[in-house]
Amino acid sequence: MSFMQINDLKVHYPIRGGFFNTVVDNVHAVDGINLEFEKGKAYGLVGESGCGKSTTGKSIIGLEKITSGNIIYEGVDVTNKVRSRNSAYNRDIQMIFQDAHSSLNPRKRVEDIIAEPIRNFLKLSPGEERKRINELLAIVGMSEEARIKYPHEFSGGQKQRIGIARAIASNPKLIIADEPVSALDLSVQAQVLNFLKDIQEEFGLSFLFISHDLGVVKHMCDNISIMYKGRFVESGNRNDIYTNPQHIYTKRLLSAIPEVNPTNREERKNIRRAVEVDYLTNHHNYYDENGRVFDLQTISNTHQVAMSAQNKGGM
Amino acid sequence: MNNLDQLLTINDLHTGFRIKDTYYDAVDGVSLTLRRNEILAVVGESGCGKSTLATSIIGLYDHNKTRVQGEILYNGENLALLKEDKLNDVRGEEIGMIFQDPLSALNPLMRIGEQIEEGLVYHTKMSKQERNTRVLELLKQVGIPNPDRIAKQFPHQLSGGMRQRVIIAIAISCKPNIIIADEPTTALDVTIQAQILDLLKELQNETGAGIVLITHDLGVVAETADRVVVMYAGQIIEEAPVDELFANPRHPYTRSLLNSIPQMNSENEKLQVIQGMVPSLVKLPRVGCRFADRIPWIPAEAHEENPTLHEVSPGHLVRCTCWQHFHFESEKGGNPL
Repeated sequence: MSFMQINDLKVHYPIRGGFFNTVVDNVHAVDGINLEFEKGKAYGLVGESGCGKSTTGKSIIGLEKITSGNIIYEGVDVTNKVRSRNSAYNRDIQMIFQDAHSSLNPRKRVEDIIAEPIRNFLKLSPGEERKRINELLAIVGMSEEARIKYPHEFSGGQKQRIGIARAIASNPKLIIADEPVSALDLSVQAQVLNFLKDIQEEFGLSFLFISHDLGVVKHMCDNISIMYKGRFVESGNRNDIYTNPQHIYTKRLLSAIPEVNPTNREERKNIRRAVEVDYLTNHHNYYDENGRVFDLQTISNTHQVAMSAQNKGGM
Repeated sequence: MNNLDQLLTINDLHTGFRIKDTYYDAVDGVSLTLRRNEILAVVGESGCGKSTLATSIIGLYDHNKTRVQGEILYNGENLALLKEDKLNDVRGEEIGMIFQDPLSALNPLMRIGEQIEEGLVYHTKMSKQERNTRVLELLKQVGIPNPDRIAKQFPHQLSGGMRQRVIIAIAISCKPNIIIADEPTTALDVTIQAQILDLLKELQNETGAGIVLITHDLGVVAETADRVVVMYAGQIIEEAPVDELFANPRHPYTRSLLNSIPQMNSENEKLQVIQGMVPSLVKLPRVGCRFADRIPWIPAEAHEENPTLHEVSPGHLVRCTCWQHFHFESEKGGNPL
C-alpha cells in the first residue's frame, strides 16, 4: 500500500513578454505525471538535462510551486500547503542535493548542520541531541571529531555524507535524492551508493532517485520512470525498462550508454545507428503533432508506455 | 612498432606546482608514447594528474608557478623546453586541444565562424575566400546542419552538443597530428556523448591523427580507446591495450575502479570498492607503493620498495608487485606470499 500519491503533477513557468509584460506562454517543465511511493522501495527518475526531473523533485518537497495536480500524503492533501515546523510531511520527506558543497551552510559547524532538522522537528534535550548527532555521524561513517568542523574541511564524498546525515536526522520516510553522486569520483560514488543502500534496508526508507545515469539508477531502484519534456515516456520495474524497453526514447537512451566492455563496440555502434534512424522515421508513433509525449498506456502489471490510444493494440 | 609510428614520446615527465616555495609534483615520472592513428585514453579520478599531463604537453600552465622537467618529444623537439612563441606554432597546427566545458572555451563575443578562422589566420597563408570555404567545410565535417547560418551565430545560441562540435572543428582546423581531448563529453548528455565520441572516431579514421583522450569514465574508454593508461597519484599504474585491460585488469586500483561501476547488466547488490580516495599532493608519501595505504590488509612485503612498471604480457604494464597478492577485503584469495 502506498503512503504517498502524486496525481497529475504540473509545474509551468510563465514566459512574460509583450508591451504590458503579460504572460504570453508557459514552459511546461513538468506536465502531468503520476507517482506512488511504497515503503522501503526505491524509485528512479531518469532523463536528460532539461527534462524536468529536478523540478519534479523540488516540487514534491515544496521548493517549487505546483501549478496543478495534487500530492496526497497519508490521505491528506499537502499540495502547496504552508509548511509549518510541526508538519509531519515536512519531517518525513527529506532531500539530498547534487552539489553537497553548496547545500551546506559554510558558516555552520557540522553539528549545527545535522542538528537543524532535529531542532526543527524533534523535541530533544541538549544531551539527547548530542547523542543523536553522534549516532548519525556513526551511521554515515564519520568520527565524532567531525562535529566541530566546518564543511570546507571535508572532501566531496564526506560532504555528501554530511548531507545524507542531515537528511536522515528526522527519521524520514521518503528521501528525494537529486543526482546525489554525479559530482563524485567513481570510487567515492560507489562508497556513497553502497551506503545509501545500507541505510535504505536498515530504516525501511523509500527513495526517489533522480539521475541521468542509467547504470546508477539500475543499481539502486526497483521502479524506474523515464522522463522527456516533462512527461513520462515509460515507467516500469527494472526488467521492464532494461530488457524490454518499448518507447523509442528509452531505446535511444539505453543504446547511448557506453558499456564497460570493449569487445563488441562496433556492434553497439550499429545498434545505436539503427535506433537513431528509427527515432527519426517513426517519431510520429511516439509523439503527437506538437512533439508532446502521449499519455501512458498500461501494457503489463508493472509496465507502462506512452503511446497513442489507437497504437495500443498494434505495438 | 617502428619509430615512424610514434607521434609523441614522453620520457619521465615531472610537472610540479609551487606551494609556499616547494614544488609538489602532480605528474610524477610519466613516460608514454602516442602512436599514429591511435586513441590513447588516460583514465583516473580527480587529482590523479591526468589533466596536468594534458596541459604540460602543450604548455598551458602558469609558468611562474609550475616546474616541468623531463622530455616531451614531438618531431625531434622537446616541447617542454620550447619558448612561448615557438609553442604557439605547435599549438593548433600540430597539436589540437578539445576542452571539457565548451561554453567557457569559446569566446562569447565572437561569431562561430570567426573563432574557427582564428587558427587558420595564424597558421596558414589562406586567403579570406579560402578560409571561409574551409570554415564551412569544417562545420559540415563535424556534423553541424546549416553551416552558413551557424557560422554567423554566437556561442550562446547553440546547444551544448553543438558547441562541443564547434570546439572539435577548431581543434581539427589545421589538420593537427595530435588531438588532446580533455574530458570532451563530461558536460554532455549521454545521447550527445555517443554522437560526439562517434564523431571523434570518424575524424580520426579520416585524418590518422593520434588522440589523447583524458577521461574519468571507463565506459567512454571501453567504447573508444585503443590503448589505456591508468593513473593514480601522478603515476601510471597500469597500461594496456583496451581489450586486455578490461579482460585482465591487474593493478588493485584498476580492479577497484572497474568494480565501482554500477553496471547495466549486473545486479550484484554490493559494489566492491576500496575505501578512501586519491591522496592530496602535499600529503602524498613519495616512497613505496602509493596505493599501499588503501589496501592495508595486503601485507607490506607484497609491495616493492621502489615500484616500477613490469610487463606482464605484451604491451601490458603494471606498477608494483602487490597485484599478484591482491584480493578485495571482503573476499579470500590472491596468491599468498
